[in-house]
Amino acid sequence: MAFIPSYWRETPQRYRYEGNKCIKCECKHDSKCDCETGQVFFPPRRTCCPWCDCTLEPCTIATTGKLLTYTIIVVPPTQFGDEAPYALGICEMDDGARLTAQIVDVPLDKLEIGMPVRIEFRKIQQDGHAGILMYGYKVVPNS
Amino acid sequence: MVGIVGYGAYIPRNRIKLETIAEVWGADAEAYKRGLMLYEKSVPSPDQDVITMTVEAARHAVKRAGIDPAEIGAVYVGSESHPYAVKPTGTLVAEALGATPSVHVADFEFACKAGSESMFVAMSHVKAGEMKYALGVGADTSQGAPGDALEYSASAGSAAFIMGAEQVVAECLHTYSFCTDTPDFWRREYQFYPQHAGRFTGEPAYFKHTYGCATRLMEMASMKPEDFAYCVFHQPNGKFPANAAKKLGFTKAQSETGWLSPWLGNTYSGASPMGLSAILDVAKPGDKILMVSYGSGSGSDGFVWQATERLPSVQKLAPQTRPQLDDNKVYLSYGQYAKYREKIKRAK
Repeated sequence: MAFIPSYWRETPQRYRYEGNKCIKCECKHDSKCDCETGQVFFPPRRTCCPWCDCTLEPCTIATTGKLLTYTIIVVPPTQFGDEAPYALGICEMDDGARLTAQIVDVPLDKLEIGMPVRIEFRKIQQDGHAGILMYGYKVVPNS
Repeated sequence: MVGIVGYGAYIPRNRIKLETIAEVWGADAEAYKRGLMLYEKSVPSPDQDVITMTVEAARHAVKRAGIDPAEIGAVYVGSESHPYAVKPTGTLVAEALGATPSVHVADFEFACKAGSESMFVAMSHVKAGEMKYALGVGADTSQGAPGDALEYSASAGSAAFIMGAEQVVAECLHTYSFCTDTPDFWRREYQFYPQHAGRFTGEPAYFKHTYGCATRLMEMASMKPEDFAYCVFHQPNGKFPANAAKKLGFTKAQSETGWLSPWLGNTYSGASPMGLSAILDVAKPGDKILMVSYGSGSGSDGFVWQATERLPSVQKLAPQTRPQLDDNKVYLSYGQYAKYREKIKRAK
């Protein structure tokens, strides 16, 4: 039950895919970081990087993008035991936001780096047979 | 003018063929196909339920409506498979859409009629001028007991409709509800699978209420079957809606666009709303649509819709219903299906 408050606090990003965007990059440390105006962060960050104080505003990330890389989870955490083996990937969405998500609705041997994906709303896990159900985003092939 | 300003449907990709189920139980697949006019059905993945399917369908509806979800004044979700026994489906849906906190939320239940019920009430709020937009959804991931006739039909899907008074894509011309107390199908508290009264679910239940509602609604509207471009009825299997359409005087051309059940199965609260969604995907301005739901227990909600000039401009703004039914299907074995639907008894 202790995780309920933290899960609840993250609902804007889990349910509505809310990140944030640098609207005016004022970073003075070009050699140290690669942030720039317009960059979208997901999950939302407090600052673009440790060296600057740019203005960030909330935004909803794009729901379509492509698969950058993935791995296959064969020995999963207990609550995902019934799903193994399953794929976990990093995707770059059309607005540049990157997110880590489970990749579903595709056979593992059909996964390809660069494949178009889109976000779908899914159940992520449940707290046993009587606890709460936790929802959020996964990605599926965009076909 | 009050009616639908945005609509959307969602169908999971998984399917199981009728033969795959019949083989396990030693049943005659061909007899079931002939008798029920069912060929395959959709199956939700373990990470899909009424909440996830409702969110997806509702997002499609918001895209077509082109509105700010914060302006939705009510979120009503009709289902007999709400994921929680106590805790609303609608609050999570409203949160995911961005409709909170100024929103009235309720979960509806009335067997397979809960979806049309939510649409009925959502539209009434808009008609009364109490809110600008209201969302009504029908969605289900219902269960059929292993080996029971329901196992060949109980499937998964959702359809969502945003009601409003501006930018309407389908105007609601008339509504009517027909209800009696008829115990043809039920699920008692704490029971996992529903039960039904066999053939009693036919004439005194489905057909009496469907005919009663459709006939009275057409009388009220001073319309005849030939005045409609399309009709859609509740679809517990393929045969019942086909027979209902024929007996009421509708042609195959009028009924086949919204007739999804032979390849989708019975999506319960989602059934006639999803048929309506498939019709709205192709309807032309001026087309009139008769929709009659049916929920065991028993009752039917009837609507006469008329497509507006705006409809064609929104049809392709979100995934359409038929392509979701026909494309990218993943066929399951009975073992996968039993695992996905939690039909396997396990150590706790």
